[in-house]
Amino acid sequence: MSANLSAIFYLISGVLFILALRGLSSPETSRQGNFFGILGMTIAITVTFLSTGSFSSGLTYVLIFLLIGGLIGAFIAYKIPMTAMPELVAGFHSLVGLSAVLVAVAAFLNPEAFNLGSPEKIKLASLIEMSIGAAVGAVTFSGSIIAFLKLQGIMSGSPITFRGQHLLNALLLISIIVLTYLLCLTQSSNYFWILLAVSFLIGFLLIIPIGGADMPVVISMLNSYSGWAAAGIGFTLENSALIITGALVGSSGAILSYIMCKGMNRSFFNVILGGFGAAEQSTASGDKEHRPVKNGNAEDAAFLMKNASSVIIVPGYGMAVAQAQHALREMVDTLKKNDIKVTYAIHPVAGRMPGHMNVLLAEANVPYDEVFELEEINNDFANADVAFVIGANDVTNPAAKSDPQSPIYGMPVLDVEKCKSVLFVKRSLSPGYAGIDNDLFYKENTLMLFADAKKMTEDITKNL
Amino acid sequence: MEIDPFIFRLSIFILSIFIGYYVVWSVTPSLHTPLMSVTNAISSVIIVGAIIAGLAGNSEDTFTTSNILGLLAISLAAVNIFGGFLVTQRMLQMYKKKKDK
Repeated sequence: MSANLSAIFYLISGVLFILALRGLSSPETSRQGNFFGILGMTIAITVTFLSTGSFSSGLTYVLIFLLIGGLIGAFIAYKIPMTAMPELVAGFHSLVGLSAVLVAVAAFLNPEAFNLGSPEKIKLASLIEMSIGAAVGAVTFSGSIIAFLKLQGIMSGSPITFRGQHLLNALLLISIIVLTYLLCLTQSSNYFWILLAVSFLIGFLLIIPIGGADMPVVISMLNSYSGWAAAGIGFTLENSALIITGALVGSSGAILSYIMCKGMNRSFFNVILGGFGAAEQSTASGDKEHRPVKNGNAEDAAFLMKNASSVIIVPGYGMAVAQAQHALREMVDTLKKNDIKVTYAIHPVAGRMPGHMNVLLAEANVPYDEVFELEEINNDFANADVAFVIGANDVTNPAAKSDPQSPIYGMPVLDVEKCKSVLFVKRSLSPGYAGIDNDLFYKENTLMLFADAKKMTEDITKNL
Repeated sequence: MEIDPFIFRLSIFILSIFIGYYVVWSVTPSLHTPLMSVTNAISSVIIVGAIIAGLAGNSEDTFTTSNILGLLAISLAAVNIFGGFLVTQRMLQMYKKKKDK
């Protein structure tokens, strides 16, 4: 296949990838979008096979490795529980990062295969692109591994900070530029290996100071990085499909990071520099007086809801941890049978990744047109009878609106307190990730339900 | 004067960033998780480079380091491609509209 023809096919698959993302603008068109994505990928892989033109024994090995990876991927995709999506996505990002590194190294060792010149005499532009691709890929890889470990609970979710952390990171970043320069100057492979090692280190150092609840930003950011890595490699390989895709993924991740930061009213740098949640904990434990809370049980909650005409459900990370989404939907079904209007309110940063709650509710067969975003539903709380907060905390804290001293001041929150009564399903009175008390717990019209989210919803259903 | 092909690739890159910007803003927030998994799958188009590396200059059964790295990268990217698209498919199938009774 001629180079021009394959370039056109790569362009087609790039366009199909754009359509794949376009499809996600509504759930109806999304499945078609995913199909476009698969088609684009199939075209890209087929064209690559045809254009290399060597149907030697090497091809068998390529197919075997492709098959092994494919089977593992398919197996994971079918087995993974929906509550584990954040971990899965973090794990997948690390694979994109690592493959970018491997491809860059392969190209560095064997530049002839990629038309980049010969070893020690690699074209200057290619060398720079290759370094960028490899460095960003390495950062994505080690960063995603740390994110994965934190999400999986293997590593503590609390931020790890030390003195001089930011200075060290800054120095390492500068050293990347210096190393790239030296590499271009001397073409010595030693600089390339050091560059890779430093990049792996940066990814690691960049993510350890970021706390578990900031993971939505981290995952989006790593998503973006994996895109830029792919684009870097795309420039090296002079492949438009990779360049287009890399740019799409890069900007997608960047936008998601922005949305997540906005949902927390924090600047991107504030999140990246990390340490949030660690500093606040000391103040929270210091001046906490024992204020009375109204403690209820499943019967009380069922009574309140039975007499309501509209209920708004506010799910949070606690629902995911307790796997309570199915039990919740059963409760809602019973409520609906009693002609009670039920809607769901989702805060942008609820859960551990963008859209995490929506996926869980969809899994539990909750129709997506009953699920609303913060801006769509926030005015409805004033007219609702009961707000049922399950596993969420900080996203309902009125201190974000009233107390300028609060660390979450200015963060958009759900106006849960405007409801006639508020039910809080929580395991204990402990503060959320921000380490701050929620005034809502002590309000006259709040009933605290201390229990596992799943068990409590099941009990309420029995009492309805 | 001839324009370096790099400039054309850069143009594609820059324009694609803009396309990505507008397309992603139009994605409904409830589909942000599928968005992440599908972008993950498509960024694995990096497999193209892995295949080239895996097949490079190989007529007999001897593997260079570059070949082996390519083959490994093929497997990693394939995990992502299949895993990413299938899990997206699985998620999207769960999004249902309210049934009218």
